[in-house]
Amino acid sequence: MLYIKCPYCGLRAQKEFSYGGDATVKRPNINEEVPSEDWDNFVYMRKSPRGKHIELWQHIAGCRQWIKVQRDTATHEIFQTAKVTEEIR
Amino acid sequence: MSQPFRLNKEGLINRNKKISFTFNGKKLFGYEGDTIASALIANGIHLVGRSFKYHRPRGFFGAGVEEPNAKLQVEFNGHSEPNVNATEMELVEGLSATSQNCWPSVNFDVGAINNFLKMFFPAGFYYKTFMWPKSFWYKIYEPFIRKAAGLGVASIEKDKERYEHKFEYCDLLVTGSGPSGLASAYAAAKNGAKVIIAEDKPRFGGTLLTDDVSIDNLSGKDWAEKIITELKSMPNVTVKNRSQVFGYYDHNMLVMFERVSDHLEKKSKFTPRQRLWYIRAKETILSTGSIERPIVFGNNDTPGIFLSAAAKEYMKVYGVLVGKKPLIFTNNDSAYETALEFKKNNVEPIILDTREEHSSELIDEAKSKGIEIRFSHGVIVANGYKKVKSAKIGKLNKDKNSFEKIETVDCDCICVSGFWTPSVHLASQSGNKLKYEEKIDAFIPDKKKQHETSVGAANGSFTLEESLKHGFENGSNLSAKITETKTEISIPNVNEKKYGAHDKFWCMPLPKNENPKRFVDFQNDVSVSDIEIALREGYRSIEHVKRYTTLGMATDQGRTSNLNGLQLVSNIENKIVPEVGHTTFRPPFTPITIGTIVGREVGMEYMPTRKTPMHEWHEKNNAVFVDAGAWKRPRYYKLGSETLFEASKREAKNVRENVGICDVTTLGKIDIKGPDAAEFLNRVYTNAWMKLPVGKARYGLMLREDGIVMDDGTTTRISENHYHMTTTTAQAANVLSHLEYYLQIVWPELNVNVVSTTEQWAGAAIAGPKSRDMLSKLYPDLDVSNEALPFMGYKEAEFFGVPSRIFRISFSGELAYEINVKSDHGIFMWEKMMEVGKDFGNQPYGTEALSTLRIEMGHVAGPELDGRTIPSDVSLNGLVSKKKDFIGKNSLGREAFNVESRQKIVGLIPIDRKSSIPEGSHIVQDQNAKLPNPKLGHVSSSCWSVENNNPFSLAIMKDGKNMIGKKFFAVSPLKNKTIEVEVISSHYVDPEGKRVRS
Ligand SMILES: [Zn+2]
Repeated sequence: MLYIKCPYCGLRAQKEFSYGGDATVKRPNINEEVPSEDWDNFVYMRKSPRGKHIELWQHIAGCRQWIKVQRDTATHEIFQTAKVTEEIR
Repeated sequence: MSQPFRLNKEGLINRNKKISFTFNGKKLFGYEGDTIASALIANGIHLVGRSFKYHRPRGFFGAGVEEPNAKLQVEFNGHSEPNVNATEMELVEGLSATSQNCWPSVNFDVGAINNFLKMFFPAGFYYKTFMWPKSFWYKIYEPFIRKAAGLGVASIEKDKERYEHKFEYCDLLVTGSGPSGLASAYAAAKNGAKVIIAEDKPRFGGTLLTDDVSIDNLSGKDWAEKIITELKSMPNVTVKNRSQVFGYYDHNMLVMFERVSDHLEKKSKFTPRQRLWYIRAKETILSTGSIERPIVFGNNDTPGIFLSAAAKEYMKVYGVLVGKKPLIFTNNDSAYETALEFKKNNVEPIILDTREEHSSELIDEAKSKGIEIRFSHGVIVANGYKKVKSAKIGKLNKDKNSFEKIETVDCDCICVSGFWTPSVHLASQSGNKLKYEEKIDAFIPDKKKQHETSVGAANGSFTLEESLKHGFENGSNLSAKITETKTEISIPNVNEKKYGAHDKFWCMPLPKNENPKRFVDFQNDVSVSDIEIALREGYRSIEHVKRYTTLGMATDQGRTSNLNGLQLVSNIENKIVPEVGHTTFRPPFTPITIGTIVGREVGMEYMPTRKTPMHEWHEKNNAVFVDAGAWKRPRYYKLGSETLFEASKREAKNVRENVGICDVTTLGKIDIKGPDAAEFLNRVYTNAWMKLPVGKARYGLMLREDGIVMDDGTTTRISENHYHMTTTTAQAANVLSHLEYYLQIVWPELNVNVVSTTEQWAGAAIAGPKSRDMLSKLYPDLDVSNEALPFMGYKEAEFFGVPSRIFRISFSGELAYEINVKSDHGIFMWEKMMEVGKDFGNQPYGTEALSTLRIEMGHVAGPELDGRTIPSDVSLNGLVSKKKDFIGKNSLGREAFNVESRQKIVGLIPIDRKSSIPEGSHIVQDQNAKLPNPKLGHVSSSCWSVENNNPFSLAIMKDGKNMIGKKFFAVSPLKNKTIEVEVISSHYVDPEGKRVRS
């Protein structure tokens, strides 16, 4: 079971969180014309990297905040966690 | 009642307390502190089971977790457990043990004929023998395997025992209380760290209990006792025996299995049987020690053959002799300690040492005590069927592959030592790639992967001095980093015997024309020849050899067989062991009970139960409940001997004719506040929300970004910046997360807050033509006329002195209202409604009637919004705004969503007006068409229309709207039914929606 550091609550067990997918995907702006290729990329296209991956998790059984987690998809090592307003590099 | 193999004084057992037990029906006794194994050996019993494939007689081989043979069916404390390791299970009064895998008895086993039908069981026999003819499988092979190859018998009784889970956090977890574990724990504890030390066995100390050593002038055992006593007295230390850390998972989480009360004769009602610990440790010391490995020789599975350290442990811990005429067969010095222990107890051993004549501290001591030592010697084959009687031994030539001389010597036990294998399972599970250590012919942990540090024998250090030093150093350094305190500890003076070098010898050659079975894996009956066959047949990868021969795949996980198997493969393949590699170690290290894994999550505690505030009333009024997620909802209220069908029809009819009330507390409720709330709703829902006035509700539809309908519900504007959203019961949690996602990540600029209020409000729907009359009695001071409280209107008013919210919304399609009061007032509201409703023919209705009402109205719900439908599929395109943007809008333009023949919701009625159409039925044109019969759609919801008194269903059907008036077949292979149906509009009752507005 992973041990995830919520930037608001501290280290918590994985069972308190739910996974939310790739954190680097940006939704096209609302009320703006979006080329259909961009839209399809946003809705459907995801990379499935082996190794470092910046992803979203929600602390559903805690503060309910969505957070960013940089995790190795092969080893589960977590390098960094951050608020969604913060950058992971 | 005498115990012929019990020593008079030796051992750590309590001789003041006799314990009686039975083995295969025979009454025996042992002492408190015995295992089943030690008590049986004390009684001279060695034959305890039959082997897996060949049904060969088997006895004890080890004294702990390494035991591959002695698995028994054990009954105690009123339950029966299979595959219990006799070398680990402590004796308790009244315990009864029986042999497994033998029929009719362990002494006369019919299956032993397999031993003479070896061609039936070569390597890969599962894959070869039982493949064909196919018809033989069910009639012959399968029953045969079930009878012959079964291990123990699982109980079919309900497990009455209590099991618990515990979550724990610590700075340092120490896995094993041998010298290095004790030293690590002690040093860390002195630095103020929070320490857990876990010992698998009942007694602490590991090898300190059996090795002839002294530490600071105390015997090993006394030193261990002193350290443990001190650790127990420290508030920052948790000391656990009978507790095995069996799994190392991600992020330094380890799982431990504690046997809490199996060894107790009496226990209190709430004492659990076993406990599972989830331990998140900052650092872990792996002090799991090592396991002696055997040397392979002919008939090496005969009862009476032991690992030499096990023989020593039986003497020193249990005061039991494994034999009185022992042969010690070794390639190293450690077995000399076993020989010396025999000698001390007036038993004369003969040592067969594969090494050439040389000298070391232990060899010299054995010589000086007059023990017979034969160098360059080994056991070729053990003689005796149910017990060792003699052994054919040979003097090896220099090449160690042929014999100078062969003779037979009498013996009643053979104690074998092929050197030591570090227990690296936890290190390997942590992700540590192991490395091969030439010096000890075994794998040890390599570079750290997580926060694990292996010390002592588990790390390949086989001297006490080194083990203690590493233990103290690592315990101190690892904990000092955490506590930032360092207490100096002086490393104690150690007195131990120096071992000479071991012989890299692991398998005895056979003389010409002799071919006894030589077992590598005892538990799975894998012999040298099986592995040779596998390699001959082309299996190369060790993982493949393992699966083909089943080497190391039994419950003992090859603890005594893995390395010998690797040696054999590498010899044949002309490789070195590290090139062959090792197989993967997986948790659990030893078998653990299913009860422990499940813990308290059984029956009612399997998941939380959510009950509405009116639950007790429903119970008292014969409600039959249905699970809606974790919620319990009344499905119907049973009157007399009514069936579900009759009751739901009565309840639904009463709503259509009079008035009914329904507990709708379970609907998801989300409070939405903030100056940008309207803008937010406008983006979340497909329809327009900017102009909804205060005091009005609106039905809304929300999509996922891919255009699929996510959920529907009504949202009410309570005040300027305050909305009350409802969701379906099933989607409540998902919708909240969905809203939070957009507010926190996508549009953080919107000033809006959302919070779940599902459990804050109790809700009741009042539905039916008489609902307004009833409402006016519930709110005598309120104007509830159609003008003052129109469809989709909202009011706040006192409900008999209690604040309440009134929503004029309808799911049933009738004139209806939903009343919300604070949860604490829910039962008050409900009882008041039942009382006031009497005059109007009010009856409560459950989810089944609720479904009937919405289905015949053509209102969609979960079965239609099934994650595959877009708004136009379910006739909700009127709610999709063309003017504004919203979540998922861009996807609605996809080509596949806009083809003319796209699926649509329709209604179905059976041609005979009688046959109910099973939900899930496929709609086909021709019921007799060749398979696969083209599917035109499926039946999503079915009911008995109370309005029209015949069955009615909703279906999602290709080109649905153009099919109206046509006839098809609804086919349900599951129910084995085919019903001819006619397609009609999905709005079967009140298509104009007049009633809700009346
Ligand atoms: Zn949090």
